Amino acid sequence: MTLDDKKRVLREMVLHRRFEERCYQAYIERKIGGFLHLYPGQEACCNGVMEAARPGHDYVITGYRDHVHAIKCGTDPKVVMAELYGKETGCSKGRGGSMHVFDVAHRFMGGYALVGGPFPLAAGIAKGIQLKGGDEISICFLGDAANNQGVFHETLNMAKVWNLPVLFVCENNQYGIGTAIHRSTAVLDQYKRTCAYDIESAQCDGQDIDTVYEHAKTAVDFVRSGKGPYFLELMTYRYRGHSMSDSRGYRSREEEDEWKQRDPINILRDKLIAAGELSMADFTAIEKATDDYIENEVMKFAEESPEPNVADLEKYVLA
Amino acid sequence: MAEIMYWEGLRRAHDEEMTRDPLVICMGEDIGVAGGTYKATKDLYEKFGEKRVMDTPISEGGYTGLGIGASFIGIRPIIEIMSVNFAWLAMDQMFNSAAKVRYMSGGQLTAPCVFRSAGGAAHQLGAQHSARMEKVFMGVAGLRVVTPSSPKQAYGMLKSAVRSDDPVFIYEHELMYNMKGEVPDEEYFHPLEGSEITRPGTDVTLFGYNISVHWCLKAAEILEKQHGISAEVVDLYALAPLDRAGIKKSISKTHRAVIAEEDEAPVGVGSEIIAIINEECFFELDAAPVRVHSALVPQPYNHKLEKAAIPDHQDVVNAVLKMLGKA
Repeated sequence: MTLDDKKRVLREMVLHRRFEERCYQAYIERKIGGFLHLYPGQEACCNGVMEAARPGHDYVITGYRDHVHAIKCGTDPKVVMAELYGKETGCSKGRGGSMHVFDVAHRFMGGYALVGGPFPLAAGIAKGIQLKGGDEISICFLGDAANNQGVFHETLNMAKVWNLPVLFVCENNQYGIGTAIHRSTAVLDQYKRTCAYDIESAQCDGQDIDTVYEHAKTAVDFVRSGKGPYFLELMTYRYRGHSMSDSRGYRSREEEDEWKQRDPINILRDKLIAAGELSMADFTAIEKATDDYIENEVMKFAEESPEPNVADLEKYVLA
Repeated sequence: MAEIMYWEGLRRAHDEEMTRDPLVICMGEDIGVAGGTYKATKDLYEKFGEKRVMDTPISEGGYTGLGIGASFIGIRPIIEIMSVNFAWLAMDQMFNSAAKVRYMSGGQLTAPCVFRSAGGAAHQLGAQHSARMEKVFMGVAGLRVVTPSSPKQAYGMLKSAVRSDDPVFIYEHELMYNMKGEVPDEEYFHPLEGSEITRPGTDVTLFGYNISVHWCLKAAEILEKQHGISAEVVDLYALAPLDRAGIKKSISKTHRAVIAEEDEAPVGVGSEIIAIINEECFFELDAAPVRVHSALVPQPYNHKLEKAAIPDHQDVVNAVLKMLGKA
């Protein structure tokens, strides 16, 4: 990444953080319903990987913590927020909600709410790429807990047997809902689990975007060059609970504070300041401009958009 | 019009659709090199190669999901699940991914894939290889369910299913693959909705689908020859959506209904048809509708017990005679 790239990505990461925090507030105000899974703390994962890939060209699929992945692929934050508000102008026309953000035009193939469900779908997209002969790759972002589902193993096996162009990104945030990884999972290093399928893998810090980018570049190049699947494990942490219904009683505030010392946005910000490319005042201005944009454009759009017409209830069931 | 077997109809549909469109593929256990357990993909591996005729690992949930994912970007997979009993393992992907994706994406994404599976009780295959599960599939929004009762339907439904933009589940029957019947020499597309009056009649309607259509036809013949009763046989080849208008039309003519299903009764095809009759044409009825169905037991292995668990044409005859006060 060039310095200009890094400055752009810092702005994007601030947007991703503030967008999610604004969702939190809207949820408390009951403007957003259902379940809401937020991304703060993990921003360097999605951003680092997608900087190494080709957003809008490569196919991306993920779980229910999906807002930021869609925005990174090119989805307008306004239509993501409108979706969370259940509006007709939402990216999924208000039929999906927070866990089912879709934007096929930007090749964001959706957020899915069954843990591990996207594994075989991602491999299937890769199979489709292979049959059609494109240079895209299929990227599947999921958490560590998804690896305890049967389809994880079934999919890794098939991806290797058929040499599919799929990159599995494991955002290891240490918790499966409210159960710590060491209490649920026999092998803590997730990248080691792929050796059973002879799949190339690596593990790295998921908080420093430079580290993520460097490892993701290797992974993306590997997959795009036709060498088959790759599994990249990023060590990260989510600041919020699993969802909004989670009071984080299963972990200590000390542990949370420790991780916040390695905040992905602060790490990138401080590097740019140290390089003389940014001042603290510049950063504060970025935050302010981001908040203004979210309030004046994103929230305004979501608030003012119409709800779906009840007469259209059964639209989109069958073609 | 040539007379061919049910499996040959399926095979011909695969072959024609794969020849026409390079994005049509098929996948499943033993369908390639081995030619398919019921021969529906015989010789296709040699013709189209391993990239399009995929022998999958025994991972029903995984490969079904993989086929669905491929369909998201324009591939048209025909996914064979060797036995419908194994489809339980794939239902998460069929229901949560394929059936819902169009709705939850606001119409952006569809899963135009075909799931084919052999169901029904064959002979002495025991509890875990004899399930009839059509009732599970037919209640899922976003999924079409059809069930061919003849080689012509098997051929024509698979052709239509491949061209459909919706996910389609085709419920076949292990005992029917060698059944012979006439299939048009020219291309033929069978509708995925509706029903068919297989034998017209006036005194009672016998509703069947898949193998039970044949019990109904045999029963109708016996009823006519031995009892002077004119039974109409309606083939409900589409289980989702069910043909409400077709059900109403026949009941409005005969005023009596017997529903034959190989499945167990609770929450089943028969229950649903009776509910539709109640909703659509209750006051047309001259008698309470009756279900002919299997016993509510895991399928027994013993031959006599198995025979006792599964109904046949004689049970349909008996139900009609009882309904008409002639038993």
